[in-house]
Amino acid sequence: METITFTGQVFQYLITGITVGSVYAMVAVGFNIIYNVTEIINFAQGEFVMLGGLIMVFLHVAMGLPLVLAFPATVVLVTLVGILLDRLAINPIRQPTVLSLIIATIAASILIKGTAMFIWGKDPYDLPAFSGRDPIIVLGAVIQPQYFWVIGFLVLTVIALTFFFDRTIIGKAMSACADNPDAASLVGINVKGMILLSFALSAAIGAVAGITLTPISLMEYDRGAMLAIKGFGAAVLGGLGSFPGAVIGGLILGVIESMGAGLISSGYKDAFALIVLLFVLFFKPSGIFGNIEISRIKRF
Amino acid sequence: MTLRKIAVLSTICLFAIGLLASPALAFKGAFKVGAVFSVTGRTSFLGDPEKKTAEMLAEKINNAGGINGKKLELIIYDSEGDATKANLAVRKLITQDKVCAVIGPSLSGTSMAVVPLAAKYKTPLVSCAASYKIVWDSKESKARKWVFKTPQTDTMAVQAIYTYLKKKGVNKIAVLSVTSGFGASGRGELLRLAPGYGMKIVADEKYGPKDTDMTAQLTKIKGTAPQVIVNWSVGPTQVVALRNWKDLGMTSIPFYQSHGFGSRKNIKLAAGAAEGVYCPLGAVNVSELLPDDHPQKAVTMQYMKDYTAKYNEPLSSFGGHAWDALQLVANALKAVGCDKAKIRDFLENTQGFVGQHGVFNFSVDDHIGLDKNAFQMVVVKDGDWALAK
Repeated sequence: METITFTGQVFQYLITGITVGSVYAMVAVGFNIIYNVTEIINFAQGEFVMLGGLIMVFLHVAMGLPLVLAFPATVVLVTLVGILLDRLAINPIRQPTVLSLIIATIAASILIKGTAMFIWGKDPYDLPAFSGRDPIIVLGAVIQPQYFWVIGFLVLTVIALTFFFDRTIIGKAMSACADNPDAASLVGINVKGMILLSFALSAAIGAVAGITLTPISLMEYDRGAMLAIKGFGAAVLGGLGSFPGAVIGGLILGVIESMGAGLISSGYKDAFALIVLLFVLFFKPSGIFGNIEISRIKRF
Repeated sequence: MTLRKIAVLSTICLFAIGLLASPALAFKGAFKVGAVFSVTGRTSFLGDPEKKTAEMLAEKINNAGGINGKKLELIIYDSEGDATKANLAVRKLITQDKVCAVIGPSLSGTSMAVVPLAAKYKTPLVSCAASYKIVWDSKESKARKWVFKTPQTDTMAVQAIYTYLKKKGVNKIAVLSVTSGFGASGRGELLRLAPGYGMKIVADEKYGPKDTDMTAQLTKIKGTAPQVIVNWSVGPTQVVALRNWKDLGMTSIPFYQSHGFGSRKNIKLAAGAAEGVYCPLGAVNVSELLPDDHPQKAVTMQYMKDYTAKYNEPLSSFGGHAWDALQLVANALKAVGCDKAKIRDFLENTQGFVGQHGVFNFSVDDHIGLDKNAFQMVVVKDGDWALAK
């Protein structure tokens, strides 16, 4: 009979939580990029994740492209969707208010979801794991090789974004839009271009999250909304707009869910995460890494 | 005669020939039967095969000369899985289309929404949804007079699993379920019926219908060392749970799925993890495997051949519920004609009707007509179903 020690169990919950949390964190990072430049919440963020998974399945499984080609091709295609979203739904709005832009993203998410349903149907799809399905056993806990890919891509994304925003001129220009769009355009930064770039970037990150998640949990057309909610929770928990906050928020959310499900009651798994979220917001309304001064200036 | 006139004339002639030729079978009137299925929307995986099956069966009956020389006219409306739309559709079928009987709706929710109409308009309704509440009035503790249903209930699925486990000498089980209506109802039956079969439930874990990972729940189950795991869910989560079970190296604890696992797509999606998994399925899912002397062998094989030939897609067991419902109504029409009260009485007295999902025996108190024998215990072997011994 299979048994497992208590330490092994807790370690297992931790590993699972970190993996699921990494996906939440990637979604949260996507929210933050767009939020930072436009001050809006892009409700189609979860749809990017779904598209990433399903397009990858199409290219890799149905078309037979090798992983190394299918991966970047998927990211490029989803990025194009992100660009189209900005060009067709966000950019044309004549007098943008935060509210009208957010509503536009909600409409876009419904449209993307519906289109995906027409293309792929309602069945879930599977993707082979990147490096096999032979689990690794550490301290009695089982780790799927795919977990490392998920966590690894989160780390990679964070490093790349930090470099981008801190070291490159475009990244700094985007940060400038985030701080003050009017002043940014006065010094010659193309704010609309930066908005476009923010949508492209967050679509790309969403695609990466979807591609790495699909071998673990399958993917179907309506998975996006739930991931968006969890990712949004992570972003708020960490402080909207803060990248370290998004990562920490996502990981905390994932670990709490997993620990709560394992140690207390799996039926109230989602409630634990929300209780912690409410608790943090009660004591620190701007989130763990958020700055109350900055959030006062923001319109949303 | 100009060329133009010839063209016009010949066209008219062609139409005339077409008109004369089309009523190949002359029917003396028609029997109208209404149907409401969730053809589109989230639950179209139920309604779509049901609609196709009903249309196919009606066509087959009509090609064979109809019912007592009358055409079986099937009027199908789409409820989109919406209770309000289902209610309006049934109302329209009864009051405007003047049907003899109604089959469907596809869901327990939409069926409950139309149950009062059947009684109000005294029209027989044969639902294609699972819940026993559709046909059982728990307030008056008797069967609803005008309502019947064809699918097995989760009670029967649980009984089939428990009977099998008892035979295998298992008495310590872990329950895993999804927090949707299907999972919650199955979990309730698993817990309720456990004492009667001497089953001890050592773990009772849940997960959400959109969850991405059930490792935490399974790890907890592992710690309680059950003899088997019984999982109750539909959709992708039942496949993810299965994969997590395999990855966690828990294959020495056999995994039992509900009847919701009954599609070969799930075996494929599980990518090898489904091997050795048990589940209870209706005969229609495993028609090829049934022994030749099985009462449902002929009827299920025929249905499978017809369906796959006509629609060129794999058979879904849900379509079988519509087959059972429409065939029951057709039998009643053949025997008593379009008299609603007589159809109802005929349905209630139907004995030994061999359908896709079982052999139906209705009675005054039993408007479901099936028992746990309507399920076969099936095991996944070499990527396909095999009858469990």
